[in-house]
Amino acid sequence: MLYFLCLILFCVGLYGVLRKRNLVKMIIGLGIMEYAMNLFFVLLGYRFDGRAPIYAKDQEILNMVDPLPQALVLTSIVIGLGVTALVISIAVRIYEKYGTFDITKIKRLKG
Amino acid sequence: MRNNPETGMTLIVKTITRLTVGLILLFGIYIILHGHLSPGGGFAGGVIVALSFVHLMLAFGKDIAVSRVSKNLASNLESIGALMFLSIALLGFLGGSFFLNILPKGTPFNLFSAGIIPLCNIAIGIKVGVGLFAIFLALVVLERSK
Amino acid sequence: MNNTTIIPLFVIIPLAAAFLISLVGKFIRRSSETIIFISSLVLLVFSLYARFLLNSSAGKIMIYKIGGWAPPFGICMVLDGLSCFMLITVNLIAFFVAVYSLSYMEQYTDKPKFFTLFSLMVCGMNGLIITGDLFNLFVFLEIASIASYALVAFGTEAEELEASFKYAIMGSVASAFIFIGIAFLYSFTSTLNMADMARVLSNKQNEWVIPFVGVLFLMGFGLKSALVPFHAWLPDAHPSAPASISAMLSGVLIKTLGIYSLIRIFFNIIGPTQGYLTVLMFLGAISMIVGVVLALSQWDLKRLLAYHSISQIGYVVLGIGLGTPLGVLGGLFHLFNHSVFKSLLFLNSGAVDYATGTRDLKETGGLGKLMPVTAKTNLVASMSIAGIPPFNGFFSKAIIIIACLEKGNFGYAICAVIGSILTLASFMKVQKFAFLGEIKDKFKNIKEAPFAMLFSMVCLAIICIFGGLMLIPSLRFFLDDAVAVILKGTGYASVVLEAAAK
Repeated sequence: MLYFLCLILFCVGLYGVLRKRNLVKMIIGLGIMEYAMNLFFVLLGYRFDGRAPIYAKDQEILNMVDPLPQALVLTSIVIGLGVTALVISIAVRIYEKYGTFDITKIKRLKG
Repeated sequence: MRNNPETGMTLIVKTITRLTVGLILLFGIYIILHGHLSPGGGFAGGVIVALSFVHLMLAFGKDIAVSRVSKNLASNLESIGALMFLSIALLGFLGGSFFLNILPKGTPFNLFSAGIIPLCNIAIGIKVGVGLFAIFLALVVLERSK
Repeated sequence: MNNTTIIPLFVIIPLAAAFLISLVGKFIRRSSETIIFISSLVLLVFSLYARFLLNSSAGKIMIYKIGGWAPPFGICMVLDGLSCFMLITVNLIAFFVAVYSLSYMEQYTDKPKFFTLFSLMVCGMNGLIITGDLFNLFVFLEIASIASYALVAFGTEAEELEASFKYAIMGSVASAFIFIGIAFLYSFTSTLNMADMARVLSNKQNEWVIPFVGVLFLMGFGLKSALVPFHAWLPDAHPSAPASISAMLSGVLIKTLGIYSLIRIFFNIIGPTQGYLTVLMFLGAISMIVGVVLALSQWDLKRLLAYHSISQIGYVVLGIGLGTPLGVLGGLFHLFNHSVFKSLLFLNSGAVDYATGTRDLKETGGLGKLMPVTAKTNLVASMSIAGIPPFNGFFSKAIIIIACLEKGNFGYAICAVIGSILTLASFMKVQKFAFLGEIKDKFKNIKEAPFAMLFSMVCLAIICIFGGLMLIPSLRFFLDDAVAVILKGTGYASVVLEAAAK
């Protein structure tokens, strides 16, 4: 059931990227998409009644959730941060040059 | 931190910021140093360190934050952090393999344990902290330049 | 310190170079140029040396275990025939492009930043090629992609920013698909090591996971390599970058990020079935025709070249999609040749741009008299890309067409021939309007490009002329080893795991 939630979230993000005309809204759509896939990956490693995968004193290694997806998602979040920062700075520069965020008006390149 | 009413936000925000910003910075450093024992580590701690500077900038205006960490210093520190991480990894060659943990492991749950992992965390913390701050600074400067 | 120590150096050297440049480049004049020159030269020498080491190693495979962890649990780096082939291609082009940029980038400000990003891109590509871990592949792919987004926007003119934005959005969507594909594969096989994954997949039966993941990867890597339904970003992004970066993007980036990853995943992990091969062949044939037809009507020199990249990538995918030894050989050989001549063409267009300040074919003309070297190298590259006999492009295209006929796919063979003829027509136009004819008055005083630029252009032209020699038996091991890795399919798993167990 939760997987479907991820799917819906992903589709919302994809809709934002493909359908919106505002550059900033497209970037937000991209962010939503990234969160959806991170959530999905963390869910894959989840098990019921699991606990956080931390090796602590006086605790046996039992019933831990899978720690690997969490490490991978952390990497993916960092990558997402880099992409978002870059795209936002490009969008700001575009605003300086064109004076608008509307992609229908930003059309100096011919298809 | 002079109290210049021309820049930044209101007095309330400035007072609270002055009280908390040191704590935030300290908390970030704590997270970095305990990365091998508890959740957190270089990236999370580095983000918190960066947030403390961002906080300063939001409350007091751009100039004060820049006077603490200038843009050049930030980008240099970022390169140094990355090179530090790489050289820690290269140290593994002394033991025969890239990224090999050559330092003594120590006993688990002590602060000085786990070999090179705390050092890696510090390097990542430096890189992420100043890197994130540099991104924020660049975006703010970009906006002001219009 | 044994032989395998060379493998991680392909990642370490460009990474160290990138951050050293950003650290000292601002303070010491010409330090960034020195560092980039030395690092790319060292990388080129090391990749050739790795080829030599590979010949002497048992089973033609070398494994490096990072941190001493054994493969199914730790990350390993794998150097086999295919990786070595790609490494040499990437580092060869990267070296010549770096030399070229020494002079070319004089017209831009802030060279240290440019070389930092350039080194990061090379680091991403090298890492992607040698890694043996699926998630590591994704990370390196993102390093290379992010560096290339920034490089496309390097000029910060309106068009460049627009192209870069488009490229970044498309690239991120592609990465999202790839990431989800990796997530599915991980949940299905519970491992991320590529060899181990192939082993688990061959023992497990499932009706829907594999085709589903296949489609996700095809979309993701298809977007990265600009196959035809997903090609919209390429003709904007590639011409907008500085010419040396266009050469890198068209020459090696789309091949490493797109084609190499596609081959690795489809042939070595999932295992080739007839269905995938048919899809690849079909996409290749469409790309071939659509790319060249769109290129015919272009007047902007670099835009024309970008459309030709789509078309030539089509040839590579068609050759590999055939799945026969001859087809794969042709595809890989064309991949190498295309890297060489497309980089050369972009570097030439950069030289024209550098000298005249325009890339519009309607405005140029008669440059052949004033820029003799550029005109000649451009002639060589055009002949190669169009497939005129003594040049390398002829041999690879001929092999692909023969392989099509051998397999009985006459339709695809005809497509390939038509594509080749249209390519010739399009490059006749370039020669005529750029280098032949009368000199326009305003270009009377232009000079030939500086020495560093000419050096790389001439070297690449020489490789174009003698590239066909790679088919003679004593040099063919270079291609044959790569072909052997692809044809081995999921047998890759047992080879890697055995080599790692030693």
